[in-house]
Amino acid sequence: MTPSGERQLLSRRAGLLFLGPGLLLILVFLVVPSLWVIGISLTNQALLGENAAAPAFVGLSNFASLFDIRGWGFPGQFGWSLRLSFLFVAGSVVGQAALGLAIAWLFHRRRGVLRELLYALVIVAWITPDVVVAFAWIAFLDRDAGTLNALLAALHLPRVDWLIGHPLLSIVLFNVWRGTAFSLLLFSGALATIPVSYLETAGVVGASAWQAFRDVVLPLIRRHILTDLLLITLWTFNTFTPYLITAGGPAFHSELVPIYVWRTAFQYYDLGRGAAVAVVMLGVNLGLALFYLAGVRRQAARP
Amino acid sequence: MAHRAGHRLSLLLLGLLALTACGLGQSSQQASGSVKLTMICRCVANGAVNASLVTWLQSAVLPDFAARAKSEGKQVSVDLVQFGGSDEELKARLALDLRAGKGEDVMAFDGFWIPEFASARLLKPLDQVASSSASWDGWGKIPGNVQDLLRYGGQRYGVPSGTDARVIWFRKDLFQKAGLPADWQPKSWDDIFAAADQIKRSLPGVTPMQVNAGTAMGEATTMQGLYPLMVSAGNFIYDFNAQKYVARSPGLLDALQFYRTVYSDKGYGDRQLQIQQDGRNRSFEEFRDGKIAMLWESDYLWRSVLAAGQYRLDGRDQLVSFAKIPNRTAGQGYLGRGFVTVSGGTGWVINPNTKNALDSWELLSFMFSRPELDKFETIEPFIPPRTDVAVPSDQVLTNLVKLLPVTVVRPNLPTYDRVSQAAQLATQQVVTGEMTPEQAQDAYAASVAQIAGPDRTVSATSPQKK
Repeated sequence: MTPSGERQLLSRRAGLLFLGPGLLLILVFLVVPSLWVIGISLTNQALLGENAAAPAFVGLSNFASLFDIRGWGFPGQFGWSLRLSFLFVAGSVVGQAALGLAIAWLFHRRRGVLRELLYALVIVAWITPDVVVAFAWIAFLDRDAGTLNALLAALHLPRVDWLIGHPLLSIVLFNVWRGTAFSLLLFSGALATIPVSYLETAGVVGASAWQAFRDVVLPLIRRHILTDLLLITLWTFNTFTPYLITAGGPAFHSELVPIYVWRTAFQYYDLGRGAAVAVVMLGVNLGLALFYLAGVRRQAARP
Repeated sequence: MAHRAGHRLSLLLLGLLALTACGLGQSSQQASGSVKLTMICRCVANGAVNASLVTWLQSAVLPDFAARAKSEGKQVSVDLVQFGGSDEELKARLALDLRAGKGEDVMAFDGFWIPEFASARLLKPLDQVASSSASWDGWGKIPGNVQDLLRYGGQRYGVPSGTDARVIWFRKDLFQKAGLPADWQPKSWDDIFAAADQIKRSLPGVTPMQVNAGTAMGEATTMQGLYPLMVSAGNFIYDFNAQKYVARSPGLLDALQFYRTVYSDKGYGDRQLQIQQDGRNRSFEEFRDGKIAMLWESDYLWRSVLAAGQYRLDGRDQLVSFAKIPNRTAGQGYLGRGFVTVSGGTGWVINPNTKNALDSWELLSFMFSRPELDKFETIEPFIPPRTDVAVPSDQVLTNLVKLLPVTVVRPNLPTYDRVSQAAQLATQQVVTGEMTPEQAQDAYAASVAQIAGPDRTVSATSPQKK
């Protein structure tokens, strides 16, 4: 930032010129589609049937029906999906952040084959394409031919039909496995910024490893934790990948909000109602993003 | 490797291939009379769906068509897109393609989709797309009620490829092992339950009966499960006299209670198959392997699934037979009928966005010419749309055709599929135990009133007699 009073490197006009292409892209690919979706959410636009050829303006009735209290939390309803999404996000965020931090702390200031191997595996899980990963997880969790059940059987433990019996747990585990790399990398970077002398001092005054972690490390990486939690929350809330594993089933028991949007818009062809859910999602995302930005600003203001 | 997982992957890969094909599949009229056409069907060579349809197209129709064009001095090539997903996925793809003004030139279409697509103006009447279709001599050989399968608002939208019927298929080998007759024919639901009970007691590890339910199976749930049960108990979801949907009826309650008996109270059926994603294919697999004794399905199971492709059953004719669907109790059947069944039908339409409408019609009418259909009958005996095409001696199909006079068809309405989805949900709610049959009917009635409008629904208090 150029301090005020000094001569600016660029004129205001040149600055706008440089920003222009970016702003234009954001306008065309972000703002306009969002407004478009808000527009559709106020109609009964459908993909098929009479409402497809002649959609009508219906005001806020799509939103009213989403929050219709009768049967709201029932399987297949919006409230049900919202609740599942909340559990899915909570489980994934806690799991990813805790696991990422634990691994980062465990290998903090260590070198060796084990560390490199573990980091490589975690990152491979992160960068592999969705379709490949989904197939691997179906093969892993399948009731009859799955790897996990083969292992359980070898240990004389009962077989579990993971995808049918515990669909939400399955996709939470999948998502933790899938996304831990981000937390791991972020926390590794954060831990590297802590001066070695701090931890050595803690050791000298007789702090245990846990005390050093709690009283020295945690306060210093608090900002990173906030960033981590909020970004993971945003990504997890919007992810559609679990569909590739459970397709929202069985009987809606893993139908997260994005899958609910998909079903409403592209299986029931009710674009208006699907757009209304998308608008609600947009609101949740905006709220989270504002919360995040406010948090960052507050942290930055702190000395 | 996990069998099911492999199946899922192949679906994904096919989806990707289909996407690629979509981009490349634009037909183009090139110079010097060379024409490239594209067509799509839910069919996979040696796969899980309509394997013999691919055989017929690739070994007979397409080479014959190219040869005929060549003799007329034209160069025609046809690309067949084999879609491996579910019916619902194909429908979604066709809807999106047509909406975007794209898609293959010739499309396999389920008849009951026509009203939704036509009223959305995504399809146009056949004679508007290809004017030469109106004078086709084949129409005179296709009965009017079969043509109705692809008609909406008095207009033809495509060529029907035939009709079908629903029955209870059963494994003769398992029945004999359980001490039941190989020519089993129940007279009531009690007879069905008695047979299921006997199988359950004497053949551990065998699922006595599978009757489709749940949203994952889509239209297969209502066509193969709920409607046959309902008409068996005297009601249907639509009253053709009043031209209104039947939101509540004793027949619906009885049918939902049947599901509860089978999947909860008595455990005759495997509930898992009804809620998992590829449950229908699993039920085919288990029936083929002798792990399911009775399966409510259409003739598709006999002529296509067990005949060729992934679920082919060697010795089908010795191992499998069917029973007609009886009344719940004698005299209770829909319109007073003794045995009941339900029919649908599929066909082919021409994409109104095609640049090669007349060539597409040439292909379609050639497919449904008598010589080509005769060739299909030798590959897969089926109920043909044309009266001048004979079914090779297949006693099972011959007996099935006799059921067609007592069949019931779906209402030809744009709102129908939404109502069917609400009915699929009702069966799921009962099968999972989330609702009692009464609660599921209440929820269904509320949905139907919302979809069709309260003035387009009625309640029935007794079995429908006429």
